[in-house]
Amino acid sequence: MTTTFAPHPMPLRQLRWQLQDSLVLARRNLAHVRQIPEKLIDVTVQPLMFVLLFAFVFGGVIHIPEGSYHAYLLAGIAVQTLAFGMMGPGTSISTDLGEGIVDRFRSLPMGRCAYLLGHLLAELTASVLAITVISLSGLLIGWRINTDPLHAAAGFGLLVLISLTMIWIGTMLGVLARTPDAVQGAVFVVVFPLTFVACAFVPLAGLPSGLRAVADYNPISAFAAAVRTLFGNPTAITHGAPWPLEHPVLASVLWCAALLLAAVPATLWAFRRRTTD
Amino acid sequence: MYESTVRHTNNNLDGSAVHTEGLGKRYGELWALRDLELDVPAGTVLGLLGHNGAGKTTTIRILTTLAEPTTGRASVAGLDVVSEAARVRAQIGLTGQYASVDNLLTARANLEMIGRLHHLPRATARVRAAELLERLELAGAAERLVKTFSGGMRRRLDLAASLISQPPVLFLDEPTTGLDPESRRELWELLSEFVSDGATLILTTQYLDEADRTADRIVVLDRGRIAAEGTPAELKARIGGERIEVALDSSQQVGAAREALAPFAAGPLASEATGVITPVRPGTRLIEVVRALEAAGVEATDVHRREPTLDDVFLTVTGGRRSQPESELQSMEAAA
Repeated sequence: MTTTFAPHPMPLRQLRWQLQDSLVLARRNLAHVRQIPEKLIDVTVQPLMFVLLFAFVFGGVIHIPEGSYHAYLLAGIAVQTLAFGMMGPGTSISTDLGEGIVDRFRSLPMGRCAYLLGHLLAELTASVLAITVISLSGLLIGWRINTDPLHAAAGFGLLVLISLTMIWIGTMLGVLARTPDAVQGAVFVVVFPLTFVACAFVPLAGLPSGLRAVADYNPISAFAAAVRTLFGNPTAITHGAPWPLEHPVLASVLWCAALLLAAVPATLWAFRRRTTD
Repeated sequence: MYESTVRHTNNNLDGSAVHTEGLGKRYGELWALRDLELDVPAGTVLGLLGHNGAGKTTTIRILTTLAEPTTGRASVAGLDVVSEAARVRAQIGLTGQYASVDNLLTARANLEMIGRLHHLPRATARVRAAELLERLELAGAAERLVKTFSGGMRRRLDLAASLISQPPVLFLDEPTTGLDPESRRELWELLSEFVSDGATLILTTQYLDEADRTADRIVVLDRGRIAAEGTPAELKARIGGERIEVALDSSQQVGAAREALAPFAAGPLASEATGVITPVRPGTRLIEVVRALEAAGVEATDVHRREPTLDDVFLTVTGGRRSQPESELQSMEAAA
């Protein structure tokens, strides 16, 4: 028929559109924050509150062998905040899918990936804000980076990688769950215990042996230990600890890679399924 | 946009904005649509008429690339809806049955976002958004969040979102649902302007009079198949004009009532359990009908005259069988 008349768009141009579409959609998600201030509170007031509460309530009770609890605590709060970061994309994607808006997007000449990418960009922006707030509040209570700039950069890099992993898991939940409330419930029930049965807030030495076994191999433990190692904060890990805690940075990267390898294809598959009929 | 308009008006050999062959869609065991053959010339309005579950929404979803056909093929603006889906999307506007706008953005932000996602330059998106807000009488609410909008305002915004790219082919799925008469009238005015600019419009409705007033051609769908098609005049000629409906006390009088009504009938009579419906010849006086019934000894509990409805179309084209909305199919479509 007439299909030969119009030239196919160049791949490079397509890539540019894909990127621009993602930015337009990321802006949409950031605009939502103005209407749902809770989203902003989650990444600003909440981590600040956690830093102060834990520091001053547990600071006097929990003793860290080679340093202060305040210096120890910070990585834990950072990892917990990023882990709860799966709530954001989970609930907003689930909300979108429950309304007609995704049909509207699908009828537009934009890539399907742009929709997910837009969410990803907006959520990453929020995470960077959270990491900044946590770092600044850490400085207030006496946390310091004690390594060279290269390690410090690697530390922040790892936090972004962890955040990216959590956002993808959240995206997957958003695509799979039937309602935003289901996402909220699932994230709370899974992430809350995971961050407590770990070395995020307390050293592992004090845990009873059953919980200790879980905590040793909990990715949250590896994440917290890795961030402490890269920032030169006390890790409170004794010699003879299991492999992931002896090599927390490598273990964290492997954990992220494994989780992403599972979550990204699963998300794309489920999204395609949910948006095809 | 200019390029594409030129393409489908000049280069398209058959001048069809929409063309389908043997189009079918199965959800599980149910065929929502079967053997649909459509040909919509560019610059015309097609009305898809049918009850819930007749296959209207399925047709729209396939033509707008939201659903893939199980059988057959379809093209929009000369582009295949499956193999060239991405390019079809650049040629169409869609207002679905459920308003698909972002509740947490303002009306203006919604339109500008959709414009940007159509790859309009930022300034163009801004200007067109402002124009459409004006045209659809939403200018005063431009900076308000959509979640505060009434159903009618939401519908109008949804329509504006479909028009912002100035698409050559526009799909509207039951566009007047939830609109008051005044808003309906304004909507049709706007759409007729849109069509007079050379665009093609495919709309669905459950109301015969609405399809009659707006469409160049009507396709009546029943249980996923075409039950009748033609221009509104052709269809009306086929189904006749005004109806007279007689309600009876008991089923035993149906036969007598049919006999009494026969002289006035302009088409086949339809019998119900305790009633008879007949199209009547123009100029028939209600009082004459009542007298004829009385003379035949028929005790009617009610006799009234009304405009033909979609049900009458089915009664005529299917020879007296009323089309039942298939609730099963309806929920399938809603879930999809």
